[in-house]
Parts: sequence; C-alpha cells; structure tokens
Amino acid sequence: MSAPLLAVENVGMKFGGFVALQGVTTEFRPGRVTSIIGPNGAGKSTFFNVLSGVLSPSTGTVRFKGQDLKGTRQHEFVHRGIARSYQITNIFPDLSVHENVRVAAQAGRSRYNIWTNRNRFDELDARADKALESVGLFAKRNETAKFLAHGQQRALEIAIALISGPELLLLDEPTAGMGPEETKDMVALLERLAAERTILLVEHKMKMILGLSDRILVLHHGQLIADGTPHDIQTDPEVRRVYLGQNHGYA
Amino acid sequence: MNSSSVAAPLPAAARKPAGLKAALTKYRVPLSILALCILPWLLPSKALAVNVLIYGVVCVGYNLLFGYTGLLSFGHAAFFGAGAYITGIAIGQFGVPWYLAVLMGIAGGAVLAFIIGGMSTRTRGIYFSMVTLALAQLVYYVALQTPSWTGGENGLRGFTVNKINLFGFDINFLDPVNKYYVLMVFAALALWLVSRILNSPFGAAIEAIRENERRARTCGYDVERTKLLAFTLSGTICALGGTMSALHLAFVPLESMHYLTSGMIVMMTLLGGASSFFGPFIGALVFLLMEDVFSLWTSHWQIIVGSIFVLFVLFLPKGIWGTFLSRVVR
Repeated sequence: MSAPLLAVENVGMKFGGFVALQGVTTEFRPGRVTSIIGPNGAGKSTFFNVLSGVLSPSTGTVRFKGQDLKGTRQHEFVHRGIARSYQITNIFPDLSVHENVRVAAQAGRSRYNIWTNRNRFDELDARADKALESVGLFAKRNETAKFLAHGQQRALEIAIALISGPELLLLDEPTAGMGPEETKDMVALLERLAAERTILLVEHKMKMILGLSDRILVLHHGQLIADGTPHDIQTDPEVRRVYLGQNHGYA
Repeated sequence: MNSSSVAAPLPAAARKPAGLKAALTKYRVPLSILALCILPWLLPSKALAVNVLIYGVVCVGYNLLFGYTGLLSFGHAAFFGAGAYITGIAIGQFGVPWYLAVLMGIAGGAVLAFIIGGMSTRTRGIYFSMVTLALAQLVYYVALQTPSWTGGENGLRGFTVNKINLFGFDINFLDPVNKYYVLMVFAALALWLVSRILNSPFGAAIEAIRENERRARTCGYDVERTKLLAFTLSGTICALGGTMSALHLAFVPLESMHYLTSGMIVMMTLLGGASSFFGPFIGALVFLLMEDVFSLWTSHWQIIVGSIFVLFVLFLPKGIWGTFLSRVVR
C-alpha cells in the first residue's frame, strides 16, 4: 500500500457549544475517488472546510504528505497541492471564462509583480486554455463567466481548481442544482479527472456516488460511522438506519 | 459542458479583442497625456486646470483601491493632506528643495497609507469604510492640534515656490501655464504608474479579489497582503496629488484632511466611472467644472452638483466615462 496522501487524526470542531465534528480519524491514499455522505448537518461541509484550511480544527491534526497543516493559512493550501470547489458556485462573475482560469493559474507564479504585463505569460494562457478544454469550455473562453449556464459555471469552477495541478481535489457537491443531463456530463468529467488525481467528494446523489466512488465515508452528527466500498456502505445496517432509510428512496 | 472543441493555441493577435475600445485601453496613457496637454486651453481658467490635474491624479489613485480592488475607503483625504503638509513643512520650515520635499511628501503619505491600510484591510465591507474614516479623522485632529507644525485651523502657509530649476533652466513657477505643465509631468507619471499596475499580474490579482475574495483566497492569493499593497499604492498616489496641491496653492488648508474631502474624492470617482482607468479623471474634471460654473450663479451650487451626482448613481451607475465606453464606443 502506498503512503497516505492525507492523514486525519482525531479531528474535532466546535462552534461554541455545538460539536460539528468529533474524533474523526481516517486516511486518504493517492489516486482514488472517496465520497463523503451523511444527512444534512452531519458535518460534511465542516470536514471539507477543515481539510481545505477555511477552518482550523479545534482538536486533532491533519497531515498532508506527512506534513502537519496546523498554522498553514488558507491561501497556502493550494500551493501545497490541495484545491477545492464550493457547494455554491464560486467563480469570478465579471471576468471572462478564460481570465477566470488564467488568474487562478497566475496565483502559482506571480502575485505581487507590478512591473511586467500580465499577458506576457503565454504559458499561463496556454495552460488556462488546456484546462478549459478538459472541462469542455474552450468554445466559451471569451464569454463573461456570469452568463454561462449553471452547469457550465460548475465546470468552470472545477477548471479553476484544477489549474494549480492539485494532488488532492476537494469537490463540494459538484452536481448541486444540476439536471440529469448536466449531471451525466459532470460524472463523465469526474471520471476522467479521477484517472490522474485523488478526489474527495461531498455529494447527495446516491446513485451517482455509488457508481463513481472507490470508497465512501459516512458522517453522522459529526462522527464517522462507516467507511468502506460502495457495496459495504449499501449493506451497513447503521448507515441504512441513519441515512439511506430516511426516505431518500434509493440504494 | 458539451461544447468542447479543439484547443489549438491561438495566435496572440486572435486572443485580444479588436476595436476602438481596445485601442482606447491600449493607448490609454499617451491618450490621457494628450488630453492633459490641451486641457488648460479648453477650461475657463488655468487655475481650474491645475485643480483638475491634482484631483484627477488623486481620483485615479483612489480608484486603484475603490474601482479595481473593490474597497470603499472614506479616508483618502488623510494621504492627500499628509502629502501636502509634509511638502509644505519641508519647504517652509526646513528649507528643503522643492523636489526633495515632493519626494518626502510622497514617502510620508506611503508610510501613513501602510499604517492605516494595515489596520483597516483586516476588516470588511462597511467596517472597512468606517475604520478608514475614523483613522483619517484621527490624522485630521492631529493636524488641528499641532498648530506649530501645521498652522492648525488656519492652514499651513509660508512656503511659496517661486521658481523651479529643471535641467539648468529656471522656470517661473508663478506663471500659471508653467505651473500647469510642470505639475502635468507628475500627473503623467502617476497615470503611467496606475496603468502599469493595472496591466500587471498584481492588477489581475486585485481584480480577482474585487470579483470574489473567497475564490481568490482559494486560488492561492494572500488576500490581506494584496489588499494592503493596493491600499498603500493608492494612498501613495493620493499623497502625490497632495504635494502637487501644496506646490500649486503655496498653502495647505486644514480642510484638505477633512472627511468632506474624502467624500468628494469618492463622488468624483463615481461620477466619472469607477470601472474605468480614465473615468475618475473625467469625474474630477466635471465636478470641478460644475463647481466653477454653478458657484458663479449661486452659493448653493452644491445642491445642483449633489442632484446631478444622485441622478448619475441612480441611472448611470457606470459614470460618465464608463457609460461612454460601454454605449458609444464598441
């Protein structure tokens, strides 16, 4: 077995008196798709926010490639190799589609330089175009991002996250608000992406998760209650009780 | 999602939008300087032209923070005033040559902007505006309470620059045309610098922060540090405007530090258009021209200017120049 890419040890998160996460311990190895599921309020988003540096855990440690991430500021996460997308579409609305990705790429190269022209970086332009192509948005490169369809904006956000070449990609409900057709495209995209990197997903669409994931974690009341292959999870009685049985109608 | 096509690297020319607007953007610095060259011959008085030059520089510098970084500061009069006072004190009380006094004014404004920016850019939204306002008022009261340095409420006097020696030539600085063209060199430098910044990778970073702060942070930009740098650069250019004002008037009114001056800078910028490079300059021009014309008719000219301002905010939020760019050109 390869060394873990990300090791989470006894992580807990408290907001005042509310315990959002408690004693979460797990590891993520390279090159797999892991989904995190759980009822609303189970702590999935909090867990993601801890892994991407938005929140600093109250207790426990998170190690990325063996290094403790404690004290790492949020903007440094992407430079370490952890990129993410958000549940609610989070792009640069008034910039062109191309500039959305280009400016994200530029963050890895030049952040404070005022003496060169930003369009001198041909390599960034080319990389941005390549990323747009990989998510199927190359034809829209000159359009203003806010005028894209919802599914295209979601894809753009993934291109923005991808451009840094992350080893670990955290996707918070990439198909949120999508219709069946758009969801199908997104799943195909995720399958292509998964061939090259480690992906962590938060999702609600069970059918999609079962087909896409190598492994599923189940959170409930901030605690990890199950961890296994899609088949294990489907047959786990505890999971069926707290989640699948709650009139979600699938599995 | 399904609109995929082949991503052949495009030739550089095909990537850039063509047309008049693109040309206006590409040559914005030489075109702006050209406009400045003819400006004094189009306005009723040379003194008004110098004022336009000064407030134009201040507003273009202010807009680096307001229009491009998306931070509404109500405290930029502090940097304008600091530049003016430091230049005036250096010349009047220490006999420093005018060019060194200008540099000192700019440097002093930069340090002040760094300090105030360091405290205010930690906050967001309305709190940012309020912190800049409060800190700038603090600076105002320091100027008011140290009359031995600043002249207190009477303002600072006694540092008239009569002539300026440039490359062996003595230039009579009391002549309004000479004064305009000497100060225009500073304005041209400021415009070039702001354009330089907007074209740079840093310019792309501040736009990203304006568009979506959280996304910019997730992309790997240190938002706090970037904002502080933008704040400092913006304040530094306002300080340059202040030193120009001191040289022009040979006087620093206490009001130059007052929050009403900060408010006027915001108004001018919005009037001209915060979304464009040259808009704030146009805003300063129109505002001062309206003041000049309407104050001849009535002492209540501010009612007219205020009404026009409100109409612009309500119906033409892109301002004069921004509206022109988006409707007429293209």
